[in-house]
Amino acid sequence: MAVVSGRLLKRRAKRSGSTDYDHLLDVKDVHLAFKGVKAIDGVSFHVDDGELFAIIGPNGSGKTSLFNSINQVYKPQKGDILWKGDSLSGLKPNKTAELGIARTFQNIALYPHMTVVENLLTGRHVRMEAGWLAGSIWWGKAKAEEIENRGIVEDIIDFLEIEQWRKYPVGLLPYGIQKRVELGRALAMDPELLLLDEPVAGMNLEETEDMARFILDIQDELGIAIILVEHDMGLVMDIADRILVVDFGKPIATGLPAEVQRNPNVIKAYLGEELETA
Amino acid sequence: MRGRPLLYTRYEADQAILNTVTKKVMVLIFLSALLLIPFQVLPGLDFLGENDWLRLLSTVAIFIIGALGLNILLGLAGQVSLGHAFFMGVGAYVAAVLGSDPEGLRLGFGLPMWIWLPAAGVVAAGIGVAFGPAAVRVRGLYLAFVTLGLVFVGDYVFRNLISVTGGAEVGRTFPPLEFRLWKEDTPLIDFASDGAWFGIELTSEAKTFYFVLAVAILFMLLAKNLQRTRVGRAFQAIRDRDIAAEIMGVDEVSFKLRAFGISSFYAGVSGALLASFVGTVIPARWDLFLSIQFIAIVLIGGAGTVAGVVLGTAFVTLLPRLVQDATLWMEDVVETGDNLLATLLDLVVATESTDFGLINTLPGVGPGLSVFQLNQVIYGLLIILFLIFEPLGLFGIWIRIRNYWKGWPFTY
Ligand SMILES: Nc1ncnc2c1ncn2[C@@H]1O[C@H](COP(=O)(O)OP(=O)(O)O)[C@@H](O)[C@H]1O
Ligand SMILES: [Mg+2]
Repeated sequence: MAVVSGRLLKRRAKRSGSTDYDHLLDVKDVHLAFKGVKAIDGVSFHVDDGELFAIIGPNGSGKTSLFNSINQVYKPQKGDILWKGDSLSGLKPNKTAELGIARTFQNIALYPHMTVVENLLTGRHVRMEAGWLAGSIWWGKAKAEEIENRGIVEDIIDFLEIEQWRKYPVGLLPYGIQKRVELGRALAMDPELLLLDEPVAGMNLEETEDMARFILDIQDELGIAIILVEHDMGLVMDIADRILVVDFGKPIATGLPAEVQRNPNVIKAYLGEELETA
Repeated sequence: MRGRPLLYTRYEADQAILNTVTKKVMVLIFLSALLLIPFQVLPGLDFLGENDWLRLLSTVAIFIIGALGLNILLGLAGQVSLGHAFFMGVGAYVAAVLGSDPEGLRLGFGLPMWIWLPAAGVVAAGIGVAFGPAAVRVRGLYLAFVTLGLVFVGDYVFRNLISVTGGAEVGRTFPPLEFRLWKEDTPLIDFASDGAWFGIELTSEAKTFYFVLAVAILFMLLAKNLQRTRVGRAFQAIRDRDIAAEIMGVDEVSFKLRAFGISSFYAGVSGALLASFVGTVIPARWDLFLSIQFIAIVLIGGAGTVAGVVLGTAFVTLLPRLVQDATLWMEDVVETGDNLLATLLDLVVATESTDFGLINTLPGVGPGLSVFQLNQVIYGLLIILFLIFEPLGLFGIWIRIRNYWKGWPFTY
């Protein structure tokens, strides 16, 4: 059982301030095309506080593009994405991080030359303040901030059970551990919404079970809302609160796992494909 | 706890710069050795206390400051710049204008060093940040070209701004290294002439060495602190994964600008010290070759680490001296000896105008490379070799040696 320290929980309590909005994240009829290729074709969905929302769909159906649109890396040609009721459009990607949206990537995007601790501390970037001058002179407040955040990062290391890798440059770590470190870096941002892009892709059964446990703990104990993009139908059906199924950029169905599983369009588009390849 | 030196009970101890006993002891020994150099008491290294070697070591210290700056930009933030020499030139001329004798031939306000030295850094940083927007949007080779432009613009401006720079042929003099409170006649501390400190007689070379060493150590601490705190980590994040870094909250453009500014600050201070140390400098001092020397330092030393910068600077700065000494020695062997070695070396060095030699130190043109050209060739080769075979530089080689000895014989 993962140990969640008092400190992480305290920060969680501090976050839950005003809830004067309909949905935490509201994606409204988003369209995105690359030179005529429709990556996202009219997708709408919403995520509420603390919810575990899953998006499934075959390769190339626009799932990663959706994440990039939420992060403002891609600018959708049509539609809007609201965060706590306010539009995200026009913001720079780093602002979405400040607002509380954290992410892990389909292809690991850690900083390979930095150690695990440094990667996680870099995740704390948006929650820290020291400027270059204060940092350079290791000024009282900057030093105190470093030490405090080193402690916060240690809680995350504890939580993810990666103590033994602390001081390793992450580029040298096994794939499964890197995936965990990347989850840790996202957690370090104190997010209110976590975007997980295929967190168990390429993992064996044991690693997948570990990751599922971490994801559930993050939702249950830290109260962080999660959007989970995943191929692994079994995992998604087991842990998601609600599911959106997309195919070629189009939404096919949204609903509870049981509803989605019974939806004829889904069976045709997604499960059918699995039957064919089986 | 004794048997577990890596067990820390407080994060503060873990995060200290010198976080192991070994590091503390090594730095202490190294520092003491440096302080003793001018007294010529170090066995085997007493020659370092001679005046020409002290001047060379002072150059190393001054170059370390500039190299730390480029290391922040290139090693940490991953942005290549060929314009480093330009910012050093800016710093030098700011120092010259603010610090030089108002009665002198060229523009000067006679202000003390505690004003002109920081100002050299601040103005260079200002220009770096002002130029930044042109640089932060381009990457890699394009960035190299954009910053290369700076050197040429600088070259043109420095040549033609004669009231400030003295022009291409003669150059100008720079304020000496001395510490005044304001404009009083006798400086409080005078590094540029012989005299006694605390009753110990010291040459100007020794005093200058101590001064630039102190400044270099200060900047090493600043650079190390920057690297291990929030802004330094943001730089490294941009270097390793720029788009992911943005998504994780690092404002790429604004932090690249900071990297340019900070790097230029270091360059400005280094340039001011260098010009002041040398005394008279022509604008061509701040040319492309100087920029390339700094790139060589960062790449050869091992991009990203302060220790690597020190190793790289020592290596690159002392290399010309070693090449020169080796050339003199070879010429000597060829001229006096009559053995196989002399015959072989005769192919390497040219001793008469009709003689063939890879190295040709004779005045006038002839086949072969001058010592200066040879240095350039060696820098180029080393940059290529290190990039291909040892991206971690001398620092990486040192780490490998250290790890080898750590594991032998089973010291765990
Ligand atoms: N930066 C891009 N430039 C051009 N086409 C892209 C880009 N990003 C994604 N696409 C295209 O958009 C479609 C959706 O891709 P993606 O969002 O990666 O799908 P998924 O994550 O569901 O596998 C694909 O056809 C892909 O080729
Ligand atoms: Mg994808």
